[in-house]
Amino acid sequence: MKFLNFFLVILVIFNFNFLNANEIKFQKKITKNLRCLICQGQSVYDSDSEFAISLKLIVKNKIDEGFTEDQIYKFLTKKYGEWILYDPQFNKNTYFLWFLPLLLFLFGGAIILKKTINIKK
Amino acid sequence: MIYSSIGYYSLILGLVISFPVFFFSIKNFRNEEVLDYKIITFSFIQLFLVVISFFGLVFSFVYSDFSNETVFNNSHTTKPLFYKISGTWGNHEGSLLLWLVVLTLFIFLFLIRSKGLLKKYRILTVLFQQIIIIGFFVFLIKSSSPFNYIFPIPSEGLGLNPILQDPALAIHPPILYLGYVGSSIIFSSVLAATTLNYISKNWATHIKSWVLASWIFLTLGIMLGSIWAYYELGWGGFWFWDPVENVSLMPWLVLTTLLHCILILEKRSILSSWVIILSITTFTLSMCGTFLVRSGILNSIHTFANDPERGLFILTFLFILILISLFIFLVFHKSDNQNSSSFFFFSKETSILINNWFMMYFLSVVLIGTVYPIFLDVITSQKISIGPPFYHKLIIPFLIPFLIFMAIGPQLKWIKSGLEGKVYLAVIFIISLLISFFIVKNTNTNFLVNTILIGSAFFLFFTTIRDFFLKKLKGIQQNIAHFGFSLLILSILFNNIFSSELIANLKVGESTKNDRFEIIFNKLEKFEEKNYILFKGNFSIIENEIEDRLEPELRIYNQPNIITSEADIKTSLLTDKFITMNIVHNEEYFNIRYQVKPFMIWIWISILLISLGGLISLFKKKYEK
Amino acid sequence: MRNRIVYFLLVIFFTFVFIIFYKGLNKSNLYIPNTDIKSIPEFTSETFNKKKSLNSKDVFNQNKFYLLNIWASWCVPCRDEHPLLINLGKSKKIEIIGLNYKDNLNNAKKFINELGNPYSIILLDKDGTKAIEWGAFGVPETFLIYKSKIIKRYIGPLNLKLIDEIESYIK
Repeated sequence: MKFLNFFLVILVIFNFNFLNANEIKFQKKITKNLRCLICQGQSVYDSDSEFAISLKLIVKNKIDEGFTEDQIYKFLTKKYGEWILYDPQFNKNTYFLWFLPLLLFLFGGAIILKKTINIKK
Repeated sequence: MIYSSIGYYSLILGLVISFPVFFFSIKNFRNEEVLDYKIITFSFIQLFLVVISFFGLVFSFVYSDFSNETVFNNSHTTKPLFYKISGTWGNHEGSLLLWLVVLTLFIFLFLIRSKGLLKKYRILTVLFQQIIIIGFFVFLIKSSSPFNYIFPIPSEGLGLNPILQDPALAIHPPILYLGYVGSSIIFSSVLAATTLNYISKNWATHIKSWVLASWIFLTLGIMLGSIWAYYELGWGGFWFWDPVENVSLMPWLVLTTLLHCILILEKRSILSSWVIILSITTFTLSMCGTFLVRSGILNSIHTFANDPERGLFILTFLFILILISLFIFLVFHKSDNQNSSSFFFFSKETSILINNWFMMYFLSVVLIGTVYPIFLDVITSQKISIGPPFYHKLIIPFLIPFLIFMAIGPQLKWIKSGLEGKVYLAVIFIISLLISFFIVKNTNTNFLVNTILIGSAFFLFFTTIRDFFLKKLKGIQQNIAHFGFSLLILSILFNNIFSSELIANLKVGESTKNDRFEIIFNKLEKFEEKNYILFKGNFSIIENEIEDRLEPELRIYNQPNIITSEADIKTSLLTDKFITMNIVHNEEYFNIRYQVKPFMIWIWISILLISLGGLISLFKKKYEK
Repeated sequence: MRNRIVYFLLVIFFTFVFIIFYKGLNKSNLYIPNTDIKSIPEFTSETFNKKKSLNSKDVFNQNKFYLLNIWASWCVPCRDEHPLLINLGKSKKIEIIGLNYKDNLNNAKKFINELGNPYSIILLDKDGTKAIEWGAFGVPETFLIYKSKIIKRYIGPLNLKLIDEIESYIK
């Protein structure tokens, strides 16, 4: 019995490390995507300002509470606006942003095809 | 005092010299066969005056002449000499003076190095460059003079930001400007050549040196900026897709594309429209970048002091330049007679076109990402941020085909190439994918994308190595550059995948560990340096029984009153060990961030290799003459 | 002919870009979040003097105006605005609540002893997370509250003009 308990404890610690590592990665991913609002162009992950430190704590708390990535972003954009996110959301404001380069790419591709297909005729 | 006066009057005189340059150029345009020597003389005088003015500012800094407003704002008597000198160009006014130095230098060099060429072409280039030069003179004197006099004379200056007191940052602007501003000569000469219908194979050979020179400096300049960010800013990153970084990357993308098109124009007399448009675009983007960075319109970690009035001037000037170039292109350019014909799909020409296509796509991503927030803000008053995730999502997927085309392209022949004998390519590709698969297998990252991406990079890597052994010195410049690029992508990817870190709050004497390494905070020492108080932390990092000692620093400056954190980085061929120490407000402990970053040094080496390719190309011509 | 159309279109395009950039120049870079938080966040925190926990519901529950002022002893502009708060605190119509942000308790106590106490209650925010619940990002920041709703938010130190504005609200 004791041995089983002992074994279980080891298992939990092991998994805890693993879970912890994953949680840290998750936290890193999210805070890298957040702008430090009082810095001049740094992510919350990179910054050591007071705001960034507090925000890192909030993110950690929200992760512990079970928030998903999107929920955390929603929570923060409600408080700070979309400016805090480095990954621009895909909404009516940003259709052009995401589509324009792709459209240009397709346009360029069409021109090249036109140039090379002619020879087959 | 006297140095500033000399500087100021030389500047005014320099502007005045534009008049004789213009006068003699226009006069010489129609008469005589030979270039009037006076044009060269006056260009030299103008260069000389600008250099004098520049040194006037340098000496004002060196002797801490605080009657000069720029020196007052940006220097301090306790600053070390080296940084007093580099403070000259570390501010808005001084850096514009540096622009003028490069502008006048390049046109003078152009004149003496274009001796065999059409006289009208040389004169027209001078004229176009003079328009730019005059624009900058007026801008400088009117709104950004480095020689403003203040009274009463302060006894001490406001000091330069200590983060900017760094060797890499000191030489980063001059080198960057040689590339950036040097593209002005490409701009002017392309406009001149288009007007005179002078674009040809021979012209391409002549302009290629300038494109190469500008490109090499720009590559090195960007690299220095990244190195500075990595060693100095303390977050262990080297590229953040910050607007100012993007603004230097965009001309580089265009310049690289232009380089490839010039090589084609030189060999096959096609793609002249591309050459003209790209040349115009390079300098336009440089100017546009200047506008974005100096006008205060963008939010960034390293914008200069902002002033909307200056922004308006640059904007208007830029607009005029664009209108002039468009006009010249559309009125004077006659497309090459081979334009109506098409390319075979499997040919070198098509692969260069594909290269252009991808590069222009990358350019559009960076450009749109950088300026979109401005458009959105003006039109809808909504502020959004566009950062690394955006650029990564749009660029990384396209890197895969880009790398593959880059590997295959050089293997194809001009005009037409068949698929026979290309089996080795497929073999190398499969081997690359397999190697990549085994590397990525045991990491827990985005498996599919990374495998294919690394596989493609290896594909380029191995094809360039194979080419080196087969073709030896022939075409080595291309090989080295492409090899360097594959190495760059591989280094960045491996660095990304295999980095690890440990962040903890530690007091002196405490330690922390994770399953890979252990950090012990040994001691904290205090020293008093010339212009700051230094706290040096001593740490032991134990990994796999091997101990490393690292000593990050905290510096408390008195002028200006800020605290900086200096990372200690142990660099080796395989990996970098990076540690920073930060104060936590109101607490006794420090926030310690330790990172292991593999292959960092290969990132810098690969960029050097890419530049080396350019350098070889530049000197190979001379050797073959 | 075709060239002329292309030229014309391009000129229009660049003029458009020029106008946008010109307008962009005059826009301020200061970011004031245009957010929708109208109701005050709910949180629990310790108080300054009595070391007990207080829930925000208990603090803002009365039918009067409240001013939440986020401050810290290490914040220089907070010192400048403090006398204005003391004056405002004398009014019966408004109750000023303090939120001590990322501060050392002793330093905060010294600050209050030195400069006076306009706050009826001071809440502690040692790690800065409560300020984030309010959508604040630094010190000093002040919120005007009535009936559990945020009416106005001031980023940065208060000055006489803003105090007048607050007073006109509470009339």
